[in-house]
Amino acid sequence: MNQKQNIQLPEGSLGKQTSTLNLGPTHPATHGVFQNILEMDGERIIDAVPTIGFIHRAFEKLAEHRAYYQITPLTDRLNYCSSPINNMGWHMTFEKLIGATLPKRVEYMRVIIMELSRIADHLVCNSVIGVDTGAFTGFIYVFEFRELIYEIFEEICGSRLTTNIGRIGGFERNFTDIVFQKLDHFLKTFPKAMEEFETLFNRNRIFMERTMGVGGIGAERALNYGFTGPNLRATGIDYDIRTAHPYSSYEDFDFSIPVGSTGDVYDRYLVRNEEIWQSVSIIKQAIEKIKNLDPTIFHADLPDYYLPEKEDVYNKMEALIYHFKIVMGETNIPTGEVYHSVEGGNGELGFYLISDGGRTPYRLHFRRPCFIYYQAYPEIVRGSMLSDAVVTMSSLNLIAGEIDA
Amino acid sequence: MLTNDLIQNRLTEKFGDRVYNFSAPYGMLTFDADNDINLKVLGFLKEDETLGFTYLNDLTAVHYPSQKGKELAVVYMLQNIHAGIRVRFKVFADIAKPDVFTATGLFETANWLEREAYDFFGVNFVGHPNLIRIMNVDEMDYHPLRKEYPLEERTRIDKDDEMFGRIAQ
Repeated sequence: MNQKQNIQLPEGSLGKQTSTLNLGPTHPATHGVFQNILEMDGERIIDAVPTIGFIHRAFEKLAEHRAYYQITPLTDRLNYCSSPINNMGWHMTFEKLIGATLPKRVEYMRVIIMELSRIADHLVCNSVIGVDTGAFTGFIYVFEFRELIYEIFEEICGSRLTTNIGRIGGFERNFTDIVFQKLDHFLKTFPKAMEEFETLFNRNRIFMERTMGVGGIGAERALNYGFTGPNLRATGIDYDIRTAHPYSSYEDFDFSIPVGSTGDVYDRYLVRNEEIWQSVSIIKQAIEKIKNLDPTIFHADLPDYYLPEKEDVYNKMEALIYHFKIVMGETNIPTGEVYHSVEGGNGELGFYLISDGGRTPYRLHFRRPCFIYYQAYPEIVRGSMLSDAVVTMSSLNLIAGEIDA
Repeated sequence: MLTNDLIQNRLTEKFGDRVYNFSAPYGMLTFDADNDINLKVLGFLKEDETLGFTYLNDLTAVHYPSQKGKELAVVYMLQNIHAGIRVRFKVFADIAKPDVFTATGLFETANWLEREAYDFFGVNFVGHPNLIRIMNVDEMDYHPLRKEYPLEERTRIDKDDEMFGRIAQ
């Protein structure tokens, strides 16, 4: 204990007029494992240096050693607020590689799942903006409805957060009546709660003053930084993968793409809210469309790639052979390079897959939206107050799992 | 109306035989370019009035150990947001001297994506403002996504996955 304390100060730190603040990596206000080394002049931020990689799990390396049907659980853990979208995106990438076409009912079922998870994702993000501006009520209130969404996922696939939902070629089992009842219940009760949530925030003086003009970015800079999703649309660019590169029959649906103008926290919040309403409308349309289709179809006829039911594996020769071929990697996979992207909860989630015909991908790259736009964070928060930096971070919908992959 | 043929014609007009291997798998125009003109190609795609690929969609690297002298590929994907058209091109580098010019001057997006490609594959992006590791620790002395590194630790015999086709390359 008598040892002399030898404190090594960085050069130039004694006469320095500014102070350095470590925001994170385990700070409650950052909602995830983020570290920002802020250079502060009093309460004002002069510069920020984000450090990432705290929960890096080498998914791209893992994916090179997993059979195609085993990669879905990896995608769960990217943006874990809307894992079903990631799962579907991966299935669709592989289906694009093998050139499969899916029955309309499967595509509409996927649309229902994806839009539900978009609602869940946006609810978390928007209510957390409320928490960071001092209003806890909205967060507690809408989480009841996120719970209803998770119960629907649970009914379909058995799990809630990291869903691993669906299979290559469709779903592992059909939607039961309970799923439709739960959907019905959600669609009946949620709009009223959403209206109240909007009443609570949209014209709330405190909320508006905390968010308007905070964390803004112009359209041109946003494009240069590779923004996608609600954050890009808040700057006024109507780029949405669902309409720009339609997938899973989104072209059959009638919906609009809300855009903002200033790209600040308030605009992002409003864009997400409107997207929730659009998603509700898409789900309603999808349920209507499904009613007219053959209710027994829940996967495509792809015996070479779609794992058969266990019951059939035990009792049918064909199913046993295909099961063996898929699990042992005896299926012929086409070679090629394919890129497929879906509109995730926070932007364009892309899969760049290189197949050399083997059992596993030769290379799989995830284009993670928030990894790409998080690098704009120093530019956005420069010159703002510390409290604004926290709100800005939550409004960008940054998910540590997705950034670090 | 922007089509793949038009883009290909514009590129061959401008760069001649320095851009090659044009094809359009799954509808996306792809080609290869010489290593030293990657910025010229990116800049041309971005600034040419008819092309207008102002958005860098993605950037990554791939390791092909069997291509001697061209082991590392850097893949760029650009998009014309208004037309909704994407193109993808590769430049190759020798793994012994993996130098590729940085695209950070053209696209801010490239900054972290290039750091990631450096971290995973060791591509040296010449002129990058801050080329340090982004995911792994700074002390790491290898680039883990290169094919010579197996996923599992080699000393473990209980995880021999050869039966299931997961052989390290």
